[in-house]
Amino acid sequence: MLLAQRSPPMPATFTPRSVVDVDRERKDPGFGGRPPVDRRPTGGGGGDENWDHHRHGRGPRALLTRYRMGIFSALAGDLMFFMALVTAFFFRQSSGHFDGHGAYILDWHPLTIPPILYLNTAILLLSSLTMEMARRQLFHELDVMEEWLGMGRPAARRAAPWLAATIALGVVFLVGQWMAWNDLASQGFFFASNPSSHFFYLITGAHGAHLVLGILALVAALAALTMLHRMELRQIFVDCTAWYWHSMGIFWIFLFGLLVFFQ
Amino acid sequence: MMHGSPPVRSGLHNESAMKDLRAAGRTRPSLLQRIFTTDDRALGIHYLLLSLIAVAAGTLLSLAMRTQLAWPGIHWPFHGPMLPEEYLSLVTMHGTLMVFFVLTTAPQSGFANLVLPAQIGARGMALPWLNALGFWIVALALAVLLSAFLLPAGGPISGWTSYPPYSAVPSAGPGQGGGMDCWLISIGLFCIGSWFSAVNVLVTILTERAHGMTLGRMPLTVWSWFVSSVLILLAFTVLFAALVLLFCDRHLGTAFFIPQGDWISGQVVGHADGSPLLWLHLFWFFGHPEVYIAILPGMGLVSGLIANFSRRPIVGYRMMAAATVLIGLLGFVVWGHHMFVSGMNPYAGSAFALTTMAIAIPSTAEVFSWLGTLWGGGLRRTTPMLFALGFLSLFIAGGVTGPILALPALDQYLHNTFFVVAHFHLIMAMAGAFSIFAGIYYWFPLMTGRLMSERLGRWHFWLSLIGAYGTFFPMHMEGLAGRPRHYAQVTGSTSSLASLLPMERGVTWAAFVLGAAQILFLINIFWSARRDMPAGDNPWQATTLEWQPGLLPVRVERGPYEYRSGPPEADFIPQWERASQQE
Repeated sequence: MLLAQRSPPMPATFTPRSVVDVDRERKDPGFGGRPPVDRRPTGGGGGDENWDHHRHGRGPRALLTRYRMGIFSALAGDLMFFMALVTAFFFRQSSGHFDGHGAYILDWHPLTIPPILYLNTAILLLSSLTMEMARRQLFHELDVMEEWLGMGRPAARRAAPWLAATIALGVVFLVGQWMAWNDLASQGFFFASNPSSHFFYLITGAHGAHLVLGILALVAALAALTMLHRMELRQIFVDCTAWYWHSMGIFWIFLFGLLVFFQ
Repeated sequence: MMHGSPPVRSGLHNESAMKDLRAAGRTRPSLLQRIFTTDDRALGIHYLLLSLIAVAAGTLLSLAMRTQLAWPGIHWPFHGPMLPEEYLSLVTMHGTLMVFFVLTTAPQSGFANLVLPAQIGARGMALPWLNALGFWIVALALAVLLSAFLLPAGGPISGWTSYPPYSAVPSAGPGQGGGMDCWLISIGLFCIGSWFSAVNVLVTILTERAHGMTLGRMPLTVWSWFVSSVLILLAFTVLFAALVLLFCDRHLGTAFFIPQGDWISGQVVGHADGSPLLWLHLFWFFGHPEVYIAILPGMGLVSGLIANFSRRPIVGYRMMAAATVLIGLLGFVVWGHHMFVSGMNPYAGSAFALTTMAIAIPSTAEVFSWLGTLWGGGLRRTTPMLFALGFLSLFIAGGVTGPILALPALDQYLHNTFFVVAHFHLIMAMAGAFSIFAGIYYWFPLMTGRLMSERLGRWHFWLSLIGAYGTFFPMHMEGLAGRPRHYAQVTGSTSSLASLLPMERGVTWAAFVLGAAQILFLINIFWSARRDMPAGDNPWQATTLEWQPGLLPVRVERGPYEYRSGPPEADFIPQWERASQQE
């Protein structure tokens, strides 16, 4: 208790479902209308404390929640950015003109998607898996406790290779996208060639720019694992990067589907 | 600087500022520390000063425009007569400065930083570094925008809406090259900056509320900052996408917006079926929520002021919160009413007319709540209350022309006339400005620990009110007479509008009165900030938490606007529980 008040609050941990269930079973009073108490371990020494009286004024998950909520609301805005591009895609696809004979002319020439994109998509999905592995390492209860108590950095040590793998896969994905661009360029499809190629380059480019940011964040997270002093901040850094990375994977699936099926 | 002297913080100590002080080991933070701060209240003042610069520039531009309209061909010192394209560049910069850097920035970012954490009983913003980053990006955006004036060809000329194809073709006009690029970069930066600060505000409201501060106990200002933040998140990113497309059209040879065979400045620039309508859809999908981003915080603030200075709880608090949310939601489905004459499908026009008129319902509900709160309340006519009443008047006067413009048949005639200019200047510009004035008079003690002069404030109010109606009310008549927007003069070789010149001059004189009244405001700010007249803990006897005299932690016990429960002398029930009374 003293420890929790003097040092930064204890970090959050990820506990396997079975432990939570056992706990819930034990706390179920079994009568009346009271629901079972979900005593999901917070690591902070109890759920009904008023954290306002602590020096930092918050529980162990408060900062994490704050940043997660921040990254998710930022991503909601980002989703609107891609939605706007998709809307423009469909709008532009259907905007043509009448020629001198009264015939309606559409200038949209459907594009054949470079096959390497399928491979890239698989790589991006794989990178999401490695990212999730890295994220989970940082919430593994025993490792987190050791790390928080200053007994080495087992969580960070286990997360680092997964982060590095994610960076590598991300770079491979971007190289693959670059090759797809080269492929199209060699067929004579440049950014300015046709509305369909406008959108192909624009959508892959905008998504690629997001991934470049993601890779920078991953590199920073890797550095943060060794440089940040507070366990909590290391967790937050990796956690937010992971949610960002997953979202880019999900966005890509939809964008890729758009490019493949809606030419 | 206004916040140079140590402010009386009404008992609200700011943790981060205190920590910085302790870390620095000195009694006063250095100038650099005060400029590059993450303290939310200091950032609020930063935002307000930034808006002050923007509003000063925007006002001077509008006075130059009014001078040109009243005395066309007047010889400007060091310049000569104003060319039509120069007039257009003034229009563009005036609109951009006012909409983005004043009406969006001051109420949403300025006031939110100033009082939001205190109003929900939080220690500070949830993500202070993101907040500071957002401010500096917005400041950079303003610098980039103003730098367009320094370019030899001048500022952009395609209006704050930057309609293509002119905005998409650098050769379309003198300012459409570098000036338009400045505009694009500036607004792109602004999108990112306000996106960051909206994330911060949203997370703060969702996670940092004090004990007992349920959603149903949040002051209406907090509700409106919440809704505005959601609107910013979902609308500004769409604008950003549109800016990217426009940038590609200008520099990378694409054809998103430039139509086939488009012929500009003696050459064919359209080689593919781009569609200017696409820009209109994307822009107004952003543009209409933007209007609510500008006015919602003002509506929330006025609700609080009317409750406070009537000494009554707000009538229909739940309805007001619901109306705020509803206005925000409906704001996303009305963008087509800006496009009735654009060649959009006429059936779409009918749908947008219906959704637009639907917005009149929650807006009217808000007005009736304000009137209901005033009814039988013990009216205290302080300067902030006067400006709140002015807001109410302008909101109604500008609001009633909304349903008129929402009818496609009437809009066919009124679109792009001064009737529209009158409508949005009354409801957005003037009502928005009056709510900003009300907020500054009201929260000035939080910034400086001092009250502003009531006598100067009353002069400022009455002159502004007369100036506002004198400037913008006759514009309805001009619009009905067919006076189009964006024309540099009503006289000239082919003018059927020359008979409007006397009215133009009248409007211009009223605009001078309006402008001159603001000098009183500036004097009042800088004089009152130094005047030795401490405001005390709670000068307005307000019940919301930013005036809470105790120390953190605070606990909220009652609804947001609890003023009267029993005999009139006990006419004041604050929202908070004093720290000393907590166990």
